[in-house]
Amino acid sequence: MSTIKVMERRAFLKYTFGAGALILGTHVESWASDADKAAFHPDVFVGIQPTGEVIIVAHRSEMGTGSKSTLPMVVADELDADWKRVRVEQAIGDEKYGSQNTDGSCSIRDFVAIMKIAGATARTMLETAAAQKWNVPAGECKAQLGFIVHAKSGKKLGFGELAAAAAKLPVPDKATLKFKPESEYRYINKNVPNVDQLDIIEGRGTFGMDAKMPGMLVASIEHSPVYGGKMASFDAAEAKKVAGVRDVIVLDPFKPPHNFQPLGGVAVLADHTWAALQGRKKLKVEWDLGPNASYDSDRYREQLLATAKQPGKVVRNQGDVEAGFASAAKIHEASYSTPLLSHAPMETPAAVAEFKDGKVVCHAATQNPQAVQETVAGALGIDKKDVTCHVTLLGGGFGRKSKPDYVAEAALLSKKTGKPVKVVWSREDDIRNDFYHSTAGMYMKAGLDASGKPTTWLHRSAFPSIGTTFDDKAEYAMELEMGMGWNDLPYDIPNHRAENGPAKNHIRIGWLRAVANVYHAFAIHSFTDELAHLAGKDPIEYTLGLLGPGRKIEMKPVGMNYWNHNQKQSDFPVDTARMRNVIDLVAQKSGWAKRKASKGHGWGFAAHRSFLTYVAVVTEVQVDDRGRLTIPNMHIAVDAGQTYNRDRVISQFEGAATFGTSIAMMSEISVKDGKVQQSNFHNYQVARMPEAPRNTHIHLINSKELAAGVGEPGVPPVPPSIANAIFAATGKRVRDLPMRKTKLV
Amino acid sequence: MVQLKVNGVTRKFEGDPEMPLLWYLRDMLEMTGTKYGCGMGLCGACTVHVDGKAVRSCQTTMANAAGKSVVTIEGLKGQHPLQKAWMAASVPQCGYCQSGQIMQAASLLKEHAKPTDAQIDEAMQGNICRCGTYGRIRSAIKTAAGVKA
Ligand code: FES
Ligand code: FES
Repeated sequence: MSTIKVMERRAFLKYTFGAGALILGTHVESWASDADKAAFHPDVFVGIQPTGEVIIVAHRSEMGTGSKSTLPMVVADELDADWKRVRVEQAIGDEKYGSQNTDGSCSIRDFVAIMKIAGATARTMLETAAAQKWNVPAGECKAQLGFIVHAKSGKKLGFGELAAAAAKLPVPDKATLKFKPESEYRYINKNVPNVDQLDIIEGRGTFGMDAKMPGMLVASIEHSPVYGGKMASFDAAEAKKVAGVRDVIVLDPFKPPHNFQPLGGVAVLADHTWAALQGRKKLKVEWDLGPNASYDSDRYREQLLATAKQPGKVVRNQGDVEAGFASAAKIHEASYSTPLLSHAPMETPAAVAEFKDGKVVCHAATQNPQAVQETVAGALGIDKKDVTCHVTLLGGGFGRKSKPDYVAEAALLSKKTGKPVKVVWSREDDIRNDFYHSTAGMYMKAGLDASGKPTTWLHRSAFPSIGTTFDDKAEYAMELEMGMGWNDLPYDIPNHRAENGPAKNHIRIGWLRAVANVYHAFAIHSFTDELAHLAGKDPIEYTLGLLGPGRKIEMKPVGMNYWNHNQKQSDFPVDTARMRNVIDLVAQKSGWAKRKASKGHGWGFAAHRSFLTYVAVVTEVQVDDRGRLTIPNMHIAVDAGQTYNRDRVISQFEGAATFGTSIAMMSEISVKDGKVQQSNFHNYQVARMPEAPRNTHIHLINSKELAAGVGEPGVPPVPPSIANAIFAATGKRVRDLPMRKTKLV
Repeated sequence: MVQLKVNGVTRKFEGDPEMPLLWYLRDMLEMTGTKYGCGMGLCGACTVHVDGKAVRSCQTTMANAAGKSVVTIEGLKGQHPLQKAWMAASVPQCGYCQSGQIMQAASLLKEHAKPTDAQIDEAMQGNICRCGTYGRIRSAIKTAAGVKA
């Protein structure tokens, strides 16, 4: 909100008013948001109509976290708008809103201050307009549920009646703004339902899969079964005989690095989805499978484990690890591994696009509409300003839908056919051609003193990096992957080293809910539990000992910056006091001290900081005499800093309990001869109601710290808490995911 | 030609009798409340009622649906006690699976007005929610049925 930006907005506003009506010249402006077009819009996020309707722009995507509702509620609260008279408008992709990339669990922490400013700015200007009208001091005028009220005289005017006058006032300097005290909040943390909730429950919500354009064709696309394969020949004769099939079109293969480019393939276009799917079945395509056709994920996992046994690139080094091991009373070592995973959001990738007169308009289930603009522009060789991306509801995203390859497919096919085209990925397409969560091999070694406490800690990790998206030759992890629960482990151990082994890549790797935290948390917190048992100590007591006294730790990895989830360490230090707090809370709420394991029944613990949030989990498992596992209870204690929509925060951690259970117990993508072996929910398994934790208890700390992440940080501690509970119940230590592959009795 | 009733309205369909009811509802009638999630009867997102019973519309051909009465999420009109319980409990996260969950639960309540936990598990295990709203689904079903949580 620099002065310059305000000046520009004012200029734009004058122009709008000068034009009288809302006839705007350029293409981009013709898609200007209703908030921009309102009589009074002091800010890109808020507009007020003469009718009193308040339009608030939601610029982040809604995929289930509630951020589309929560951020506008913050504006409405600061403005003291009447929520019943607020219309939340989903923004198109436009850099004027700042980042719209809805991942990294940062919608609230990055934008809550901006939303408060937007609301307070509008309120201040309306109050000033009223004060001038009534000729009273502005300080005596107060916003109240959509009106400005002068208590002394009893005068009252609606926001709409003041909009035109407010629009003529200068935008106040943000330093002069006054913000509401928390005690006056009407919507924040008051469990107001999401704006789309009723539509969803009545079957009216519009997801990407539901978007349509007049005269559109529906496309189903055959992609190479092996990453990097190229179409050699195809026969479309039978496909074209299917009633309703209109065309079969070849899409060029991507040029490495793949980035978010479409994969390339052969598209069947039809009048409706069923015809496209039927035509696709009749299509015969021969592939030149290329260099990844020998990729075997089981063998690859073995290689990662072997790599992790060897010295790697040092990414953290404190004290003297060699000397520490040499003088240790005891050494303990263990290897852990995790598989590739698919996001499998319930809604498969889908988008509709129309190319016309050199410009593209699309409707997409996307986490990142600005990346849609760039990717579509790149694929079609047009300017990104000529790509208008409308964002629908997302039927889950989990990171998959921040990569808009499928939207570019729709745009390319529209250009080739001259018609709007909707691309629909089948579940098989989704499972076989995802940007997979990385597989990892990890080696842990601890040198212990006589009491069983580590004086020396070595954690080696090897996994194909997300960096291969942008540099196909990359073999080492990116800073962000290393800073995810690995080289920022806050244990109080004098000799501490982390090393990263090289890993060549053979498939698209992408970020999935909680990303590298998932495998690092699994290895670290399983290993910690092993050490506790070796020492004959209670795992929670033992972990608190490793964390040491409550303090803020400055992370200094070697040869890189500590990423800290994109935040300054001064704002979001690694704080073991907050970690100890959530551990104490989860121990107390779960009755940990009284929980004694018996045959087939056990309790497990893990605590992890990620996305700047502190989470501790206690899980109860039951293993019957046939080895079947159920999870009667999972307790999750959370310090996510200040919250703005308490119920949605709780629901994210409930969801993480199930998502983490899927990862721990069930899900695996395996690859043979370069081909993904799974295709749908019968062989890519995810937790269903009976497998999910029966009772999930979320315990939120009433924190006054800055808002931190919510969507992702619940996931990482769940798998190790289950593994540790299984050990307590059965004496089996499961070090490789998914755990269903290990016989528990 | 196939004739059927959808939410009380008689419809005629001249196309491929092998077309799944799912795509007929979504693409021909433009009733998109019924969702595609797997196309193989594995996820429950496409659940509708045929003659009062929950079925997977992706596994029901138009020929199967001939002469039958189909009710979709749109047909509940927001009046079903489950929909009210779903609102009160704020069940949905992304919401994509929820039409199917509600239709499946509605069929369960027809069969067992006061379902036990085991009956809820049995009826609902075919409906995947990747967002993990199972706990709230269970409690909303109990609220609608008036049984203790
Ligand atoms: S779409 Fe029919 S069961 Fe999944
Ligand atoms: S609410 Fe997202 S899949 Fe169920």
